[in-house]
Amino acid sequence: MKLIAAVIKPFKLDEVREALSEVGVQGITVTEVKGFGRQKGHTELYRGAEYVVDFLPKVKIEVAIEEPELEAAVEAISKAAHTGKIGDGKIFVTELEQAIRIRTGETGKDAL
Amino acid sequence: MENNIFELQYAIDTFYFLICGALVMWMAAGFSMLEGGLVRAKNTTEILTKNIALYSISCIMYMVCGYMIMYDGGLFLNGIAGGDTLVQDALAASAESGFDGGSVYADASDFFFQVVFVATAMSVVSGAVAERMKLWAFLAFAVVMTGFIYPMEGSWTWNGDSVFGLFVLGDLGFSDFAGSGIVHMAGASAALAGVLLLGPRKGKFRADGSVGAIPGANLPLAALGTLILWMGWFGFNGGSVLKLGDIASANSVAMVFLNTNTAAAGGLVAALLLARVMFGKGDLTMALNGALAGLVVITAEPSTPTPLVATLFGAAGGVLVVFSIVFFDKIKIDDPVGAISVHGVCGLLGLMVVPLTNSDVTFSGQAIGALTIFVWVFVTSLIVWGILKAVFGIRVSEEEEVEGVDLGECGMEAYPEFTSGGSRRSGA
Repeated sequence: MKLIAAVIKPFKLDEVREALSEVGVQGITVTEVKGFGRQKGHTELYRGAEYVVDFLPKVKIEVAIEEPELEAAVEAISKAAHTGKIGDGKIFVTELEQAIRIRTGETGKDAL
Repeated sequence: MENNIFELQYAIDTFYFLICGALVMWMAAGFSMLEGGLVRAKNTTEILTKNIALYSISCIMYMVCGYMIMYDGGLFLNGIAGGDTLVQDALAASAESGFDGGSVYADASDFFFQVVFVATAMSVVSGAVAERMKLWAFLAFAVVMTGFIYPMEGSWTWNGDSVFGLFVLGDLGFSDFAGSGIVHMAGASAALAGVLLLGPRKGKFRADGSVGAIPGANLPLAALGTLILWMGWFGFNGGSVLKLGDIASANSVAMVFLNTNTAAAGGLVAALLLARVMFGKGDLTMALNGALAGLVVITAEPSTPTPLVATLFGAAGGVLVVFSIVFFDKIKIDDPVGAISVHGVCGLLGLMVVPLTNSDVTFSGQAIGALTIFVWVFVTSLIVWGILKAVFGIRVSEEEEVEGVDLGECGMEAYPEFTSGGSRRSGA
């Protein structure tokens, strides 16, 4: 099993969610995060005092998925979250050691 | 028949005091929302507690002894309800003053109108010391300020008493219609004394000399608070005409409302434009301070200027307040909401422009009055803050400041469902 963590622009969340639904993904976890990549931050003024804005609001989506469906899911996220402008985000894929459904105690792919 | 008219006049003048008093009471909500919106989320409960508690303490202390000190009333307002001959006495006083003379009204309405001004003066302090002062030290100070410090300078000004037997401000050509100096600058003087002994917030002034930005958590509240204060100010200045029940007075009241409103507008626009020029973008918090600065400036004399001049006076306040806020940061005095700039610096400006539209008032009289108020309030406040600091301490611990005074001083968060609380998010 794999765990996909995708950091995307917040306004893209609905599109990505629908795209994942279309390839058969049944559950996702969403967190509000802040982040920056290679683009530099900029400064703003609050009552004349400078402060740096380098963290921009993003949304992180986590999906637990099985190996055969991985490529389709990554492709779906990639396409849906893409704008071509700076700050589109990144997708990380890590190995998922175990998954357990809390209600029933099922493990492994039965938990996904 | 004449007695009926006098009774009606008494009723209207009394009613007027009560309504204006209620409007000024509403300013307590304005201060609460303004300050509540300009502090960080983790410090919101505490500032709300301070605001509503200081209002209550003001009412109580002024009733206990403040009104007595300021206006020679009775201790604990003894006798305020009037005796058995109330109606005859009032009719006799009305006949003596005549229809166009001084107003005759219920004593209780006078107290009600006066007490809300005390609360306004005290509430100026709470914004300046926000986010790092111990709640109970602040409330202890409020007891002394509202029971003694403010009433003393009020007695020398609005009650015409001599200043320790040395001079009478009214005789020197001093005039402060609704309290730019007596209320606002006085509050700011107490605030300045407190802030000097308290020190700046952690993270506000960095080691390299730069100034840290500590943005407020709720700008909708701050804007709402400003508009509430703006509306309450109609009572603050309007009620200070002290009479409604004849043509000249009613006309004066109308001009005061008009000028008060237009000064605020002038202040807001001027501050917004100046912020745009100085900072590249219109800073909402500066605009809000600008409106209040305009209101403070016109408060010393809202009836004699023409509407255009009132607007310009307000605009002058709006410009001055922006420079003042930046200046205080430069000299490393931390004032989270700009209270000292809005109420102190612009309060002084308000006093000093009065002679421009009121020939009975002199620049020297205004200056002496301003100095008297400032020195008295600043020095006595410094002493009280100093005692509080030495005996109990006035600043919260560093750890508590980082965690937020809501938890440390009040034991409850203002926004408990917005998790990962401010302590990890904000600049300090």
